[in-house]
Amino acid sequence: MAMFILRRVGVMILTALCLTFIVFFLTNLYPNLEKLAKTQGDFRMSDEEVASYLGRNGYLQPMAVKYGQWLGVVPGFVIEDRDGVTRGQCIEAGTAPEDAPRFCGILQGDWGYSTVFREDVGKILNDKLALTGKLMFWVMVLMVPSALILGILAGMREGSRTDRTLSTIAITTTATPEYVSGVLFIAVFASTAVGLKWFKGTATAAMDGANFENFFLPVLTIALYGMGYIARMTRASMAEVMTAQYIRTARLKGVSFPNVVMKHALRNALIAPFTVIMLQFPWLLNGVVIVETLFNYKGFGWTLVQAAGNNDIELLLGVSVISVVVVLVTQLISDIGYVYLNPRISVR
Amino acid sequence: MAKLDYDGPILEIENLSISFFTRLREIPAVMDFSVTVQPGEAVGLVGESGCGKSTVALGVMRDLGVNGRIVGGTVRFKGRDLGDMSAAELRDIRGNEIAMIYQEPMASLNPAMRIGKQLIEVPMIHEGISEAEALARALEVVRDVKLPDPERIMRSYPHQLSGGQQQRIVIAMALMSKPSLLILDEPTTALDVTVEAAVVELVKDLGKKYGTSMLFISHNLGLVLETCDRICVMYSGEAVETGSIRDVFDKMQHPYTQALFRSIPLPGADKNTRPLKAIPGNFPLPHERPDGCNFGPRCDYFRAGLCDKFDIPMVGIKGDDRHFTRCLRIDEIDWHAPMEAMAQHEATVPGKVVLKMENLKKYYEVAANALFGGSSGKKVVKANETLSFEARESETLAIVGESGCGKSTFAKVLMGLETATEGQILLDNRNIEQVPIEKRDTQTVADVQMVFQNPFDTLNPSMTVGRQIIRALEVFGIGDTDQARRDEMLRLLDLVKLPREFAERMPRQLSGGQKQRVGIARAFAGGARIVVADEPVSALDVSVQAAVTDLLMEIQRKQKTTLLFISHDLSIVRYLSDRVMVMYLGHVVELGTTEQVFAPPYHPYTEALLSAVPIADTRITKKHIVLEGDVPSAMNPPPGCPFQTRCRWKAQVPGGLCEREVPPVRELVPGHQVKCHLSQEMFDRMEPVITVAAE
Repeated sequence: MAMFILRRVGVMILTALCLTFIVFFLTNLYPNLEKLAKTQGDFRMSDEEVASYLGRNGYLQPMAVKYGQWLGVVPGFVIEDRDGVTRGQCIEAGTAPEDAPRFCGILQGDWGYSTVFREDVGKILNDKLALTGKLMFWVMVLMVPSALILGILAGMREGSRTDRTLSTIAITTTATPEYVSGVLFIAVFASTAVGLKWFKGTATAAMDGANFENFFLPVLTIALYGMGYIARMTRASMAEVMTAQYIRTARLKGVSFPNVVMKHALRNALIAPFTVIMLQFPWLLNGVVIVETLFNYKGFGWTLVQAAGNNDIELLLGVSVISVVVVLVTQLISDIGYVYLNPRISVR
Repeated sequence: MAKLDYDGPILEIENLSISFFTRLREIPAVMDFSVTVQPGEAVGLVGESGCGKSTVALGVMRDLGVNGRIVGGTVRFKGRDLGDMSAAELRDIRGNEIAMIYQEPMASLNPAMRIGKQLIEVPMIHEGISEAEALARALEVVRDVKLPDPERIMRSYPHQLSGGQQQRIVIAMALMSKPSLLILDEPTTALDVTVEAAVVELVKDLGKKYGTSMLFISHNLGLVLETCDRICVMYSGEAVETGSIRDVFDKMQHPYTQALFRSIPLPGADKNTRPLKAIPGNFPLPHERPDGCNFGPRCDYFRAGLCDKFDIPMVGIKGDDRHFTRCLRIDEIDWHAPMEAMAQHEATVPGKVVLKMENLKKYYEVAANALFGGSSGKKVVKANETLSFEARESETLAIVGESGCGKSTFAKVLMGLETATEGQILLDNRNIEQVPIEKRDTQTVADVQMVFQNPFDTLNPSMTVGRQIIRALEVFGIGDTDQARRDEMLRLLDLVKLPREFAERMPRQLSGGQKQRVGIARAFAGGARIVVADEPVSALDVSVQAAVTDLLMEIQRKQKTTLLFISHDLSIVRYLSDRVMVMYLGHVVELGTTEQVFAPPYHPYTEALLSAVPIADTRITKKHIVLEGDVPSAMNPPPGCPFQTRCRWKAQVPGGLCEREVPPVRELVPGHQVKCHLSQEMFDRMEPVITVAAE
């Protein structure tokens, strides 16, 4: 088991390295750097000024060296500036160059500095992840139980009226993308267009104090889309299990129908949807981008949009690392959980 | 819930009719079916697949699904009509008063629930006893079904047990609440013969111990003879004959029963001098049943104007105990007339040696854990150990053994799907053991062909039958033009006795026997000289088996094919093979002519196998040998003789030799070899397992 987890962590690190290098490479292409220089300095900078700005900030070193510096395996750059001030990656404003550490990459816990928010990337990620975590938590709380209940109710009597009704609902919700359902919800429940001003159309206030009124719509928008999908999976798996011979065995043992479903079918039926639910986590990051922008909820997705729009290299890299970790950790949990649910698979 | 006290018949089924309703039509599955089960009695329900015997069982349980409905008649259990019961009342009866044992033990146990939990559920539901009490009861019952180490078994999941152990658990589960009626639906079909024998004995003993009545559903007449007091033969949804075992087996009064007995290979049948008589025609589909007698179109005694006029009632036979038959001509038919002689054949003389195996070995290396493995080392499965034999032209060599004995591995190596680890295979003195199938030349591939066990899966469902045979011809490079290949394909259909129109049919339009004929035609498309038939008839119904076996024999006679007939069914092996090779755990334990192998002296394993095979003949007496335990795993074979863990003769070999050394191959008489440490003297003292009483 330890071996298995170790191997998965190894894979995780390798994936993170590859992905961040790709992001690093793309964001460090010269046109992107030029744009960065102009947004940071002055839009009317001449080409020479751009080059000198980039040089001063260490952007013109070879790609591998820069990547190494970001990682923290190559010493941070130190540049004697024209005005005699020593500038360096690791030299904080106000400290003497001699006191600064030689390395300052993510290995040292330094995630860099965001050029958009003018703040440490580490702190931004921390804050934003907390906000998105709050959103995701409530999405899961709403989505997973309702999806499972929907799927199980539909799957336990395949072909019945309940099944057909619930299946229609599930297909409808999963066929409606967030940018459609989000807009619809705002129009119906939060605007004067229909007049039902039950909820707030923006979730900005929810960042500090979330309540039902300002937080329900974004949560619902994400949850509905995922719910249909999980419900369909659960239904298929449940319907299959209900035709299995051991269910007949249980029925002919005299077990009542609710107990057949709860004790005999449920665990077997959850094996397949469990993986799907775990796969939803990384995919939720995706939906979060749209919904957070739509509802102006300044979380992780919103940050990603800002960072990408402004070529904020170190923030983008930080976001990528977090995404890789989230994807692979959920997969690890899903594999371990799978073993727990399915006794036929054992891990040594 | 307290059990009812009732001293009448346990189960009375009267004129039961069950139909399934589809969008198109009503499909009657069971019609006018009556049977009575007395307390402590075991009633066998026999018939071919699709005759409605399982539907009767589910009808008794009132578990027919959404489409099935009882459309007539009554099912009374201890005098109470099951049809009038509410869902709650039914639940009280299911598992408590009527329990069921199923065909596939693996599928009927919940894979995600521990055995113990599945067992204790029964009394906890029905008797409301505490978990501790139920656990104690479960332990006792698990001991009753003779499983070793009950505590460990109770903690296991179903997949951790072998097939035989799983079936014992299913039986234990059925007995947990001491039911009055046990319904066994083909309880041993998925098991090996020696395991089957042990399970059958267990069921018989427990039935006596608990005084349970049984409804035993099977397609195997021999098994019913061994287990039941009474029998009910079904054909196409109707009971055609019921009565005591003796009456029905010895004084049958229905043409179908007679035809059925004539189509199964009983001792005495022989492919050359006394061939089997297959039942002509096919089983009618439920919505295409003929008017009048359902068996009419296939019956030798059919008389137009009488048998096809109206529904035929069951009539009693005078002088017999509750013996009924559904035939109008019982008094006109001479039931004792000997079977009209079938065409007899000259025994073929085996020709030159075409295939020779020398010390063939096949080992597999498996990772201990396929999904997460790698670190915990590799294990070696010794699937075949020093296989040596030769096969001659137009000879039938049967390879016999239980699952896991390595007979399929051997077939794979011969076909080139695997390559041998050691030793050699000589085909016409050419080595082919290291040549995988994709590297074999067309002629070799065409020469060595295979007929598969399951005709349902081996045909491409989206290609016509003719196209599939033509495809084989193309692969073998036969025929220069499409027309030539088409003609050849039609000739092959003639060869396997299928109408030429079948060329345009899809596999799904064919019955099992017809599909197997297509499989045979495909195998012989390239003029195969060696055909490996891997259990070619075991998936088919009894009445079809005889026809397919006959066809194989006929083609063999014409084409001088060498047939390697892999089977676990010793009756059919005795009927058609010239020589027999018995395998156990990868070893050839006995090899000789059919007469030599089926008569003493035996290898101890052969002896047990012979004793385990149920024979549907009341004149036969068998010595009773039940093997304990399961076949050991090939991954971890016992030291010394592979069979020593289950051998009843082991004590006769001095000095624990069996546990230390693999016995050498000994030739008892020319052509008869065994792998055993027993002395010649002990061999001479062996008695025949099967004896036929004088007529």
